[in-house]
Amino acid sequence: MSTAEATLGSPNLTSKDFATDQDVRWCPGCGDYSILKQVQTVMAETGLSKEEIVFISGIGCAARFPYYMDTYGIHSIHGRAPGFASGLKSVRPDLSVWVVSGDGDCLSIGGNHLIHALRRNFNLNLLLFNNEIYGLTKGQYSPTSPKGTITGSTPYGSIDTPFNPLALSLGAGGSFIARSMDRDPKHLRETLLKANTHLGTSLLEIYQNCNVFNDGAFFTYTDKGTKAQSTLFLESGQPLVYGENGSKGIKLDGFKPVIVSLEEGASKDELWVHDEHDKVKASILTGFFEHYQDENSLPRPFGVIYQEDRPQYQELMSEQIEQTKKAKGEGDLDALLSGSSTWIID
Amino acid sequence: METQLKEVTILFAGDSGDGIQLTGGQFTDTAAQLGNDVSTFPNFPAEIRAPIGTLAGVSGFQLKFGSVNIYTPGDECDVMVAMNAAALKANLSTLKKGGIIIANESGFDSKNLRLAKYDEGANPLENHSLEDYEVHKVDVTKLTREALKDSGLGQKEMDRSKNMFVLGFVYWIYNRSLDNSINFISTKFGKKPELRDANIAVLKAGYHFGDTAEAFSTRYEIGPAPLPKGTYRTINGNQAIGLGLIAATQKAGLELFYGSYPITPASSLLHELAKHKNFGVKTYQAEDEIAAICSAIGASFGGALGVTGSSGPGIALKGEALGLAVILEIPLVVVNVQRGGPSTGLPTKTEQADLFQALYGRNGEAPLPVIATRSPADCFETTIEACRMAVEHMTPVILLSDGYIANGSEPWKFPQAKDIPVITPPMAKEKLNGSTEEFLPYKRDDKLVRKWALPGMKGLQHRIGGIEKENETGNVSYDPDNHEFMTKLRAERIEKIAEYLPKLEIDNGPEKGDVLILGWGSTYGSIKTAVRDLLAEGQEVSHAHLRHVHPLPKNLGEILKNFKHVLIPEMNMGQLVQIIRSKYLIDAIGLNKIKGMPFSSSEIKNKVVELI
Repeated sequence: MSTAEATLGSPNLTSKDFATDQDVRWCPGCGDYSILKQVQTVMAETGLSKEEIVFISGIGCAARFPYYMDTYGIHSIHGRAPGFASGLKSVRPDLSVWVVSGDGDCLSIGGNHLIHALRRNFNLNLLLFNNEIYGLTKGQYSPTSPKGTITGSTPYGSIDTPFNPLALSLGAGGSFIARSMDRDPKHLRETLLKANTHLGTSLLEIYQNCNVFNDGAFFTYTDKGTKAQSTLFLESGQPLVYGENGSKGIKLDGFKPVIVSLEEGASKDELWVHDEHDKVKASILTGFFEHYQDENSLPRPFGVIYQEDRPQYQELMSEQIEQTKKAKGEGDLDALLSGSSTWIID
Repeated sequence: METQLKEVTILFAGDSGDGIQLTGGQFTDTAAQLGNDVSTFPNFPAEIRAPIGTLAGVSGFQLKFGSVNIYTPGDECDVMVAMNAAALKANLSTLKKGGIIIANESGFDSKNLRLAKYDEGANPLENHSLEDYEVHKVDVTKLTREALKDSGLGQKEMDRSKNMFVLGFVYWIYNRSLDNSINFISTKFGKKPELRDANIAVLKAGYHFGDTAEAFSTRYEIGPAPLPKGTYRTINGNQAIGLGLIAATQKAGLELFYGSYPITPASSLLHELAKHKNFGVKTYQAEDEIAAICSAIGASFGGALGVTGSSGPGIALKGEALGLAVILEIPLVVVNVQRGGPSTGLPTKTEQADLFQALYGRNGEAPLPVIATRSPADCFETTIEACRMAVEHMTPVILLSDGYIANGSEPWKFPQAKDIPVITPPMAKEKLNGSTEEFLPYKRDDKLVRKWALPGMKGLQHRIGGIEKENETGNVSYDPDNHEFMTKLRAERIEKIAEYLPKLEIDNGPEKGDVLILGWGSTYGSIKTAVRDLLAEGQEVSHAHLRHVHPLPKNLGEILKNFKHVLIPEMNMGQLVQIIRSKYLIDAIGLNKIKGMPFSSSEIKNKVVELI
């Protein structure tokens, strides 16, 4: 399983060095191929050595990911990857730990672990591959499928209201909330790097096309014809501009986002300027979630929506241990075993 | 006048807010420090504060102490302290005929009698219904208030120390020094001098009341027990597991990670470990039972010893992850402090009904070692053994305890750290620069144990997972022959552990004979006492007790052949007995109790007499 030999001890790794000898078994045309390629490329760019990286997954198509990364890895059980990652990071703060999860794994069976990972803020990178469908079990609707989705388990259309994953993550106290897509490799690499740099739990939702069970779920946001109109690529400190040739912008009327036309007289100066650290604005941005219909629809935001520096769980854990050692002295096993009150029988 | 006694069983009973557990604990500590052997049985309701004065709210602390070896908290009580009418009503059946009742008079007023559901107008302290017993009415509440009238405390605060009055009085009856409890109170209330002084004053008032009340013409003397020479302390089961985990990981040179979710009666293990952060212990209160075990497995993957603890319902939730740990072949210790089931069952009562769950409660063929502790002090050694097995054999191990052991305490002759044997983790070796040798994560040694390769080790990157794997490489494999091979291999490597275990020995009684009592877990004390009494009466009976439930000791079959009858007492419907019957094809007999209470030794004696 190990293909480390060729590059052992080599500081300059390329994306190829992160590939394993295992055949990649996703369906031909699956969006996961692109994500794998971008992650391998980014890994080489981080300067990390292979042995200090761990990929942990649950169950589902996305969860095969660790088998294809020549790093350490665990292919665990359904929904629980954040649990394994939390324990690992607790005892090994030195490692770069990545969780790979799909929309079913992360938001349905593993929903509880997701919200608690976010609130605790371990320094982890959590990649949510969202294809709005269950792939490995052959095409049932998922917690992100739009209402009315027709699948084997919902032949008359699903009646569930879907999750808004980024609003959920922000509400759970996530310190880094971002979105990207399989079909924009450059943006995906940039966002992955930002997630890696962030100190805390980074939640990156990646729109991923399942060409077998849910082909085209995100074509509105990824196809050339509609992408410019339907997407908003956020950059910190820059005004919210989108559309063909940057023809449109978004300004705030109180807390209400309003689409304005830069071609028809609106000025860039009146536009909303993106501030990753503004939680109120981030919550408005995560609310840009209605399905894109026409030019009156708000575009879907991509990039880093929110980022906050706050203490990381694994550091707080270690600090508390150090403080206790200082206060009580390094633990002495004999003193512990004897306790405070003993007697002798002779 | 003083009378020498060999052993005495006392039950302190009262409302769950009466400080009964503390009173019993103090009496236990003092008895142990005076060299008595002691065994305790705290018994309390699941509700934190059930309605005051009701039968549901009765909390009890039973203890037996003596100048002989003590293995159980006693079948019947010699003395019962009843702080209210409900406490008397709930426990009268456990008092010996002729036994002593010390009743708090103000706990028998009309309100308390009504709450305890005595018939209208009937007061057991007045109506001669207790003529078979020696009743001492003491107005504890009034006397406590009297003792504190100049303390400046409010009435509510005064009443809180009435348990100290009872403790002082019982100390007087058994001729015990107050020093230990005075020290305890001084430490506990070090920062609140007014409460420290009040509690000491009331403790002394209770003692002096014995002197002046002339209620008892006799005081009793119980000499020290013939315990082996050494230094002792008292310890309860969950404390001993906590200390065992810390000692084992120190001896293995590993970090201890304890991932857990609060559940009765396992929570106090989490509390115990959380106290000892200066040993580098990492405790993690996870969001649920599943995350708790997963975090522990994650920690083991990183090179710590991952441990999780729970009780039956929580263990059920951990099942899938436990199966993963089996197929990963990774060290993990899972503590199950059993309670009455099924479902929520009886959270604060004891039972041994999770044996099948431990052995079989996973999907697929998922064998793992199961070991059971027999008493509070035994928890320490058994825990170290569980850790040793988990680490040296790269496997999850289930350690079975129960509520009776968890909360009960006894004297413990604790070891010196240097005398605890080291544990040797089978660590992989980092690859040297330029090495072209392929790393095989599932290559095994002659114990069939793979190497533990940790993230950070150069050149040993590998992926492990829950999908069936090929031997040695660990690569995913759906090959039919490989699956059968790996399934058998996983069973074989656990069976093989038996080769490294000590032989099972007869605990008491002859090596051959009519009746062997085969026990496991917390029935030890009751069986031990029953066998000791039967042998003293000239009956022929033997006792062997299993620590290793899976794999079973290699010589168990030989031992079983030497007896005409094999009796297996269990606090379940008969689980070990099924295993023994099917594995050794013998007509083993079950003795089963499912009352949320431990066996009394007489229940076991009677069954043996029936068989002989």
